[in-house]
Amino acid sequence: MYVATKGGETAIANAHAWLAEERRGDPGVPDLTVAQIRDQMGVAVARVMAEGALYDPDLAALALKQARGDMVEAVFLIRAFRTTLPRLGSSLPVDTGAMACDRRISAVFKDLPGGQMLGPTFDYTHRLIDFALAAGEPPPPAPETPAAPGPVPHVTTFLKREGVLQDEPGGAPLPPDLTREPLELPADRPLRLQALARGDEGFLLGLAYSTQRGYGRNHAFVGELRIGAVAVEVDIPELGFAVDIGEVTLTECETVNQFQGSATQPAQFTRGYGLVFGQSERKAISMALVDRALRARELGEVDATAPAQDEEFVLSHCDNVQASGFLEHIKLPHYVDFQAELELVRKLRAEASGVALQEAAE
Amino acid sequence: MSDGYNFAYLDEATKRMIRRALLKAVAIPGYQVPFSSREMPMPYGWGTGGVQVTAACLTPSDVLKVIDQGADDTTNAVSIRSFFARVAGVATTERTADATIIQTRHRIPEQPLTEDQILVYQVPIPEPLRFLEPRETETRRMHALSDYGLMHVRLYEDIARHGAITKAYAYPVMVAGRYVMDPSPIPRFDNPKLDRSPALQLFGAGRESRIYAVPPWTEVRSLDFDDYPFEATKADAPCALCGATDSYLDEVIVDDAGGRMFVCSDTDYCAGRRAAGHRGIAAPPELVDMGEAP
Repeated sequence: MYVATKGGETAIANAHAWLAEERRGDPGVPDLTVAQIRDQMGVAVARVMAEGALYDPDLAALALKQARGDMVEAVFLIRAFRTTLPRLGSSLPVDTGAMACDRRISAVFKDLPGGQMLGPTFDYTHRLIDFALAAGEPPPPAPETPAAPGPVPHVTTFLKREGVLQDEPGGAPLPPDLTREPLELPADRPLRLQALARGDEGFLLGLAYSTQRGYGRNHAFVGELRIGAVAVEVDIPELGFAVDIGEVTLTECETVNQFQGSATQPAQFTRGYGLVFGQSERKAISMALVDRALRARELGEVDATAPAQDEEFVLSHCDNVQASGFLEHIKLPHYVDFQAELELVRKLRAEASGVALQEAAE
Repeated sequence: MSDGYNFAYLDEATKRMIRRALLKAVAIPGYQVPFSSREMPMPYGWGTGGVQVTAACLTPSDVLKVIDQGADDTTNAVSIRSFFARVAGVATTERTADATIIQTRHRIPEQPLTEDQILVYQVPIPEPLRFLEPRETETRRMHALSDYGLMHVRLYEDIARHGAITKAYAYPVMVAGRYVMDPSPIPRFDNPKLDRSPALQLFGAGRESRIYAVPPWTEVRSLDFDDYPFEATKADAPCALCGATDSYLDEVIVDDAGGRMFVCSDTDYCAGRRAAGHRGIAAPPELVDMGEAP
């Protein structure tokens, strides 16, 4: 005997209760604090802030806790919160030239003003599991040195001075806002960069890698990669001058890419640009490569048909909140559509076998 | 109502932006209006477009009904209904006749709608030409030029290959003789209900940032050919619970041997008929006594 399924409401409430229990895990193990996640899972927190498009380490840490460490879920929590916040104004462009650098490297010059500084990087660690960490032993103290004085100039300023690097055309004083206007194509570079800055790290990494393997190759050198804190300033009209409202940690990558030239214009290198919240080098480098790839048409590269060069393809698919939502919606019931298809397939099969029977009879 | 959030969750400026898009959509039936879709507290692809349209239309005196697959008690319908009960404090109902706004996924209610009702569709892919041409830049140009040859070729190829048009749901329609529109993944059984409906029909696609509309009494024609006219199809059986022969049916597998029965997909319609004394072959007497009807 059949009774139509009821009780969705209770099932949902019970599922949420079970989820909360699973999130907490064994009650005999101490509960994670938000401060622990913020300070000890800093790279994860940075990724949630970058793709969530909201700079708030405490909130990102809380989202990670609530999401049981699921990055995309945490990003989604931040986005859904961010969307409820009013937009009060825009800051002045941050001056990354004045960044207090924790890390600054260039792959194109052996030494340069401001120096090469490795900073806290995984780069030359041997990837051996550190069993001492499991025992909870504190790390040996890191040696200290006084911070180098003064701003660290960008590598690109030297190349530009010499004229071997293309100048970037200036944009509108106020860039478009992807969160307030629907994405319409073709998109200009500020809008593309905005979408890439929020884009999924894995997706951009794959695309950037594809350009290195020949799908839209543009040969990138890491001109410079820097990580550090920059001041955020806001113009206060009543005061008539800009006020420092805080600082954010950023990762910036500028690539120097294959040169261009013609009969009328001598050869010059081109550039790609990546800027991401927090310490997110993989994302910043990927973003710079994809930015450069997306400039293929602007820079007159013929036959720009690789996926990474296709603005509509990249921008329509780089947002992981959109992608995972749509991907996972196929878990929702589709009885009605499936029923419609089932009827159709049965009908087509019945008609086909009818034809076959008739042919056999004849 | 939930503290800390505006009525119906969205702030007034966002609602105004959505209402502007809705007005434009009503003024150009079937045309997809880009709007600045917001991140909502439920995932993209789970009805965020419909939720934003509903939020922009709701007033405190509205009565809201939410269905998914025709049913009020499917999990996502339950979730969206409780969302609005929480953030807007509006009355909710499962009765089609009592609702002023009905948000739906994949169905149009069986009971004819009235001029006092708004039907809000959740739309996954608003572009009817998307699977023929993946580029938005290109499909927008095709709509601008009414260049729908590709769609007719696709329908023709179906007939050449299978002897019938094989779109079982999301069957494309022509709205007011101008724009080809995706009616959202409703079964084609529901397509005739789109035509000259007294209710205002609004379509929201959150992830794709598009809103479109069919104003009341607008002509909506399902695409077809003179010699292969459009056919609204359903399972050839009466509802096993209420005996209805005019409603769209879900197929339910009832035993390990693959035995099956057919029941109304529209749960309110089915319950209403049973309350009025209609019986199908598998209707247990206690089903009527359960008092689950209105």
